[in-house]
Order: sequence, then structure tokens, then C-alpha cells
Amino acid sequence: MKQKKILIVDDEPNIVMSLEYAFKKKDFEVFIARDGTEALEISDRERPDLILLDIMMPEMDGYETLKRVRDNKELSHTKVVFLSAKSKEKDVKKGLKMGADSYMTKPFSIKKVISDIEDLLG
Amino acid sequence: MSNFAVGLAIVCYLAVLFILAYFAEKNQRSKWVNNPYVYTLSLAVYCTAWTYYGSVGIASSSGISFLAVYLGPVIALPLWIVVMRKVIRISKQHKISSIADFISMRYGNNRLLGALVTLTCLFAIIPYISLQLKAVSETFSLISSNGSYEATGFFDDSTFYIALLIAVFVAFYGTLSTDTSKHKKGIIATVAMESILKLSFFLAIGIYITFYLFDGTTDLYNQASLQENFKQLTSFGGLENGFNWLFTICLSFFAIFLLPRQFHVAVVENDNESDLRKAIWLFPLYLLLFNFFVIFIAWAGNISLPDTVNHDYYTLLLPLQANNYGLALLVFIGGFTTVISMIVVSTLALSTMVSNNIVIPYGFIKTLVEGNPEENTKRIKNIRRAAIFLLIIIAYFFYIRFSVQLSLYSIGLISFVIIAQLAPSFFLGLTWRRGTARGAEIGILVGLAVVFYTLFVPIISQAALPNANFVEDGLFGYSWLSPTHLFGLDYLTPESNAFLWSISFNTLTFVTFSLRTKGNYRERNYAEMFVNHENYGNLQEGGFIWKGEAYVADIKRLLNRFLGEQRTNRALRLFNKKYNISETEERADARLINFSEKLLTGSIGSASAKILLSSVSKETPISLVEVLTILEESKETKASNKLLKEKSEELAAMAQQLKAANEELRIQDKLKDEFLDTVAHELKTPITSIKATSEVLEDEGMPTELRNRFLENINRDSDRLDTLIHNILDLEKLSGNRSELDIDDHDMSKTIQKAIKGVEQIALKKEVNIKFPKKEKMFAAYDEDRILQVLTNLLSNSLKFTEPHSGKIKILLEDLDKEVLVTIKDNGKGIPDEDKGYIFDKFYQSKNQNVKKPQGSGLGLAICKKIVESHKGTIAVDKECKEGTRMIFSIPKQQ
Repeated sequence: MKQKKILIVDDEPNIVMSLEYAFKKKDFEVFIARDGTEALEISDRERPDLILLDIMMPEMDGYETLKRVRDNKELSHTKVVFLSAKSKEKDVKKGLKMGADSYMTKPFSIKKVISDIEDLLG
Repeated sequence: MSNFAVGLAIVCYLAVLFILAYFAEKNQRSKWVNNPYVYTLSLAVYCTAWTYYGSVGIASSSGISFLAVYLGPVIALPLWIVVMRKVIRISKQHKISSIADFISMRYGNNRLLGALVTLTCLFAIIPYISLQLKAVSETFSLISSNGSYEATGFFDDSTFYIALLIAVFVAFYGTLSTDTSKHKKGIIATVAMESILKLSFFLAIGIYITFYLFDGTTDLYNQASLQENFKQLTSFGGLENGFNWLFTICLSFFAIFLLPRQFHVAVVENDNESDLRKAIWLFPLYLLLFNFFVIFIAWAGNISLPDTVNHDYYTLLLPLQANNYGLALLVFIGGFTTVISMIVVSTLALSTMVSNNIVIPYGFIKTLVEGNPEENTKRIKNIRRAAIFLLIIIAYFFYIRFSVQLSLYSIGLISFVIIAQLAPSFFLGLTWRRGTARGAEIGILVGLAVVFYTLFVPIISQAALPNANFVEDGLFGYSWLSPTHLFGLDYLTPESNAFLWSISFNTLTFVTFSLRTKGNYRERNYAEMFVNHENYGNLQEGGFIWKGEAYVADIKRLLNRFLGEQRTNRALRLFNKKYNISETEERADARLINFSEKLLTGSIGSASAKILLSSVSKETPISLVEVLTILEESKETKASNKLLKEKSEELAAMAQQLKAANEELRIQDKLKDEFLDTVAHELKTPITSIKATSEVLEDEGMPTELRNRFLENINRDSDRLDTLIHNILDLEKLSGNRSELDIDDHDMSKTIQKAIKGVEQIALKKEVNIKFPKKEKMFAAYDEDRILQVLTNLLSNSLKFTEPHSGKIKILLEDLDKEVLVTIKDNGKGIPDEDKGYIFDKFYQSKNQNVKKPQGSGLGLAICKKIVESHKGTIAVDKECKEGTRMIFSIPKQQ
């Protein structure tokens, strides 16, 4: 089976580090971006299967990033999952309404995140 | 010219009138019938045969005094517009259809007053109408007998038939609708056309006489000046005559408001208030044009015609003398047309008054209440038609019997003097709320009595007792009681004399009795509505105070009788909708009573409407206390209005403050929410990191080096969490003013040095140069730990944003007399202009910060600000600084 590509977008290096370790362990090919702009660059190049996207980031935030990903026809197969500390019901609704495939809240359980993502990618 | 030809011309002309009226009625909404010009031209019904013939007569014998009658309206017009606007609004609201209705309603729908006003109008107008008939008959015989006319006053049948035809015309087109407040487009259209005809024919004859019979105005002047009485004809006649002028102007001033025909065309037939704006200049222009040639025709007549002819008919006699029969016929038709329009509008107005203010309220109410709608409509119309015929016939017989000796001018003036008796109750009624019905009634009666004594007694005594000399010597030999020179004023003309004293006594009595009687609540109510019309404009139905018991079914039954079931139902449906009243409501309230009264007023007049409604309702008279309250209220309205205005301004200001405070609270609340949101987010970040890291650490196969790094991460995140919580608590402490500052005198330069020492290690590592050149002692009172916190924070920020190796930070300390000023300047990347306004906000972090999350909690500058402010100092970022960042704060020397 072909290795799945996952792009983790977050401006908190410590969180990214743990996620990177856990996903690699599960045999994902992992890419890291620290904000939206960087995320779009990598997406263009790598066509990840899934983007794990934080919302509150400097420069381009998660919402704007999602919009650009959705506008890009090359990335039509790419799933986008929000991973955010914004955990109110209205935030979740907003995220899903904008077209995210799933919405996960911080703090999270890595095991749960990974199993949900595996489900999502079939 | 043969009798037959003139008669044919008259019949043809009348046929044209009938047809024109027919088409105007048929095309009621057409632009041709509804425009300000038609309105203004219909006002010109003011110009009667008196103008057409009589002015020339008076100009030929007494000079320019004829002008006074036209100067009055011209002078009055600006005021006329203002008053008329009010009168029209009130009349439209209450469906008023005559001056009698208007005055009677002002004094609480008083039946007696309405009748009295109607009688006054009859006294004034019937002789006037008969004078118009006289003019027709005399000019008819002048033009048809082909020779000069000697006034003999023999019975002339053709006049009788003409009068009858006019009556048929009015009876037909004047009673198309039972609602008298409905417009009579047909009649008004003919009146407007007649106004055009009479003016153009009069101008034509004026031009003919001045420029064809004579060689222009100069020639006429030269010839006329040779006549013996020329001086007298062209002068004003000194101060005494000045008074006559003044009084005549006043008279005509009143007449333009009060003459029933003027009220009818100006108020009842008014379609659009804005028509008044056109009238304000067009109507004076009309009068000016009409009077332009009068004096020249008079001079021409004096020069060319023998003194034995009737001066009033110079206009007709001059073309006849020159054998220009065509023009003479035009003049005759012009005069005829003038007469018709006057008679038509006058009888229309008078018949409405007679039916609505005398016949129906005094005689027919019972019959009408018992009748069904169709019968009632027929009955009301018949009453009105009968009144029209009766009026014209009475006028005709008056003409046969009495009018032979009197000139057009004098009868006209007598009519004006009588009509002027309505002036106090009309004008004061509009402006003075204390005026009462009793006052108005007695005032009018006294005024009429004075008119009778001063104007009619001399005429009657001359006829009945030619030898009695009390007119000259005065009553009982008291010369000051002489009717023509009352109170010894001997230079006034009889009419001016009568006017002055009748109007004075009338006003005096009106005011006196109004002040002495209180009038019932109804009167006061309507007084309030008329005087203070603007305030009551919106209330209409509600403005009427009525107390009592009535049932909707009874009122409906009553309305059915006069309006028919269909109209009644429609009106009530609209009423219920307007006031949101349930269809099943059984009890009638004051609004319905007033609404129904208004509906009925159009058909049967206000007095009858009041009587009818009180027959189906049990009205409880409002008690004296309530009456007094109303009285007090109206007296205090002004004062309380002022008070209310002040109060409302105060309230508005307070509301504004509340709004601002509310807005402030809302913003604070929002900020608090945002703050909590941000705090939650900021706390979650290290927690998330710790949780994720510890989960990863469960993996036993992790290399030791990596494991140590993960453990280090947990440690750093815990520190970060601790700092964050500490800062939040700190900030809250400072916000709530709960922090107790440990204030003492300190040397600021020393504190700065301490702060530099604290960050020295980091600066050395980054190779950033910190300079503090001027180390003088500068004492101020502050909490050293806190200020140290501020300085450290500012320095850390500078260190964070300056480049390694080349970074430079400079600290300046200045003595500003009452405070010390500290400036920290660096050569770092600076703060973007758009961020400078927000950097002191909690959790605000510049967007242009490095991709790497800065180490701060986002609360540093917010805390600095709080600390400085709790020392009563200020902190700011220099917005002008283009290179690097310059932060400035000051602390007062004395707390």
C-alpha cells in the first residue's frame, strides 16, 4: 500500500513535534508547515492526502488556508481536518460549514486523532 | 339691436354654460378642470357687475376711490393665504360646506349661531343679487332699445326668465351630490371661464375706448382735465377722506374672507392647498388688469356722454354711441357673464346655508330621521333646490320693489358692511380660544342693529317721513346720536360711518360676552381645535372630548338613513381599520361619534349632525371640574409645553448618556468575552502540548535523546503555563485596583541600571548593545518592583525584535519638572503603523512577528500600561518614529 501523505500545519513547535512522531510511527509521510502560506506551498508541491490544520495562526489563518485549498482543483482529493483550541459549538459549526472534512478540538488524544484520520482516509 | 337678437345671444350663451358644466362634471379628474388657474379664476367671482359697471360710475363722479375695494384684497392676500390655509385644513377635516357651518362649528356646532350667520348672509347678499339682476335688465334694455336709456325701473319680463334660467342651472349642477362638501366641478369650470370672458371683454372695451374713440391715455387726460370737477376726481381728498379709504380697504379685506361666494370658491371648492401659491400673485394681477381702464372709461364717458345718463353704464353707452353694436353686444355679454357667475356661486352658497343651517336643523330633522335613505337624499336635494329658486325669486322681487334708486356701488358697500359683522366671530374665533357662541351671537346682533340704525334708518326715514329731521339732528335731539354722524364724526361717508361703529360695537360685545360667559365644553373643545389647529390636526376624531353612552348599531342605523347602507358600511369598515377596532364592538366611543358627525355634516350641516347624534346617544355633560380642567389645561398648555420641552430635552440628553454608557458596557462586556476566549486559547496551547507529548512518551521504543527532548518540551510548556497564569492574575489584580503599590522615593537612574543588569545575560548572548549614558540621580515616588517590571518588559521586547550583533538599545532619562520621563529606543524592526494603536491591548501580538511564536504571553505591554497608569503616569509608543521602536513612559515625582 502506498504511504499516505499528511501535512501538519501549526505554529506551536512542541505540538507539531509530538504529532510528527506519532504519525511517522504509523507509517505516514509527514510534512510540517508553520503557517498557512507555507502550508499552501507544500500542498502545491506534495499534494498531501490530508491536511491537519490549526486555525489561529499568524499571517494566514486556518480558514483562509482551507478556502485556498478548496479553490485549488489540483487538491480536490485532499481532505482537510481542523485541529483547533477553538472548541465552542459555533466554532465547530463554522469550520464544518467552510468545508472541512472533520473538526477536532485541542487538547486532543493522539490515538483518537490518528484513528479518526485513518477512518477518514479509508 | 332687436330684442330677439339679444335674447338669442343670451340663450346661446346659457346653452354654452350648460354644456361646459356638463363636460366638466363628466371629466372631473381632467387637468383642464383641476389646476391652480381654474382655482384662481374662480376667486375672481369677487368681481361682479359692481366692478364691471359700477366702478366706472363711481370713478366718473367721485374719482379714484373705487380702487379701495380692490386694494383691500390685494393688501390682504399674503395674510389671506396664511388664514385660508388654516381654514381650508379645518374645513376639509370637518367637511364644512359654508361660512355659516364654519362659524357655527367653531362655537360648538351652535344651531342658533349657524342660523344667525345664514340670516346675516341673506340680508347682505339678496339685495346684492337683485342689484345684479338690475344691471342685467338695465343693460338689456339699453342695448335692445337702440337708444339712450333713462332709468325708469319698469317691469321687464326678460329679466325674470333669465333669473329662472340661472336658478335652473344652479339647481341642476349645484345639487348633484347630497354631500355639500363635495366639489362642484361643473359650476366652478363655468365660473373660471366667465372670469376669463369678463376680463377680456372689459379689456377689449377699455382698449377700444382709449385708443380708438380717443387718441390714447394722454389725449384722454388732456381732454378730461378741461372738465370742471377734474381736480376732485384725481385727488385723495385729504386726511378725512383718507379714513374713508382706510375703512373701505378694511371692508373689502373682510369681504374677501367672509362673502359666502368667496368662502365657497376659496375653501369649499379648494382641491389642493398648493393652489393658494398660484393665487397669491395671479389674483392681484387679475384685479389690477380689471381696474386698469376704469378711470379712462370714466373720463371718456364724462367727456362724450351727456350728464343725464346713468354713469354706471358708460362702458356700454360709449360703443353704442359710436354705433359699434358688435362691441356693445360683447360688453353686454361680458356684464351678463359677470352677473351669472356671481348669482350662481352666491345662490349655491346661500342655498347650502339655508338648507343646512336653517331648514334642516329647525324643521326637517324629525322627518329625516324617520325616512329611508333614498327619500332622505331626495328630500335634502329638494330642500336645496327650493332654496335656490326661492332665493332668486326673492332677489328678483326685491329688485322690482326697492332697488331703483340705489347705485351698484352703494348696495355693494352696504352688503360688505353687513357681511363684515361676521368678522369678529370669524377672525377672533380662529385666534382667541375664549370666544363663545353667546358672545358671537350678541356681537353679530348688536353689529347688525348698528348697521340698521346708521345705514337703513336714514333711507327709510327719507322715504317714510320726509319731514322728520332726526337724521341730521340726531335721536331725541342729541346730535351725537345722528345715524350718519355717530358720536360727532362728520367727515365719514355713511358706509364708513356704519362700518366703523358697527364693527367696534360688535367686537366689544363679542369680547365682553365671551369673557363673561364660559360656554360649554363643546365650545371650548372646538375652540381649541380651531385655534390650536396644528396640534389637533393629527387627532381629528380623538381630539373631540365626549362622554356618554351610545351603541354602534344605533349610529349605524342613523348613518344608513343619510348615506345609504353601502356607503355607511364602507365608512365604518375604514374607521374600524384605522383605529384597530373590532367589528363586533357594540359600544361607540368618542371617536366614532365624532367621525359620524363629520360624515353627516357634509349632507345636513354640523348643527343638525350634532342634534341627530345626540338623539341616538346618551351624552353625559362633562362636569364643571372637568370643564375647568380643560380650561386650565389650555391656559397652561403654553407653560407646560415649555416645561415639557425642557424635560424632554433633559430626557434626550440622559438617554444619550445612557446609550453611551450602555455602549461602553457592551464594549467592556465584549472585551471581557474576548479576553476570556483568548485566555482559554492561550492556556489550552501548552496543555495540548503537554498532553500530546506525554502520550507520545508512552512509546517505549523511543530513542533516549528524543525522549529527553520531549521531556524538556513538557518542562518548558509547564513554565509557560505558570508565567501565563501569573501574568493573568497580575493583570487582574492591577485592573481591580487591588494591588497595593509599595510606593517610596527611588532614584529612577538606579532602577534603570537594575533593569539593565537583569537582561544583561541575554543581551550579551545576542550581542546587542544597551546604552544608558546619563546616569544622574532623579528621584520619584514609585513602587520599584513594579517599575522594574515595566522596564524589564520593554527591554525584553527590544531585545526580542532587534537583530543579533548589530542591535542597539538606548535609554534616556529626562527631568520634566513634575515628572520623570524614560525613553527606550531600539533599532529593531519596529512596530507597523497599523499596530501602534493596539499594542497595549491584552493578548495583542503583532501579525508581523516572526513565524516563530514569540515567547511572550501577549500580556506584557498590557501589564506595563496598567502599572504606569496606577502610578498616574502615561506610557506610549512614538508613532512618528520611523526607524526601530521608541517607547516612552513618564512617572510623576509625587504620588
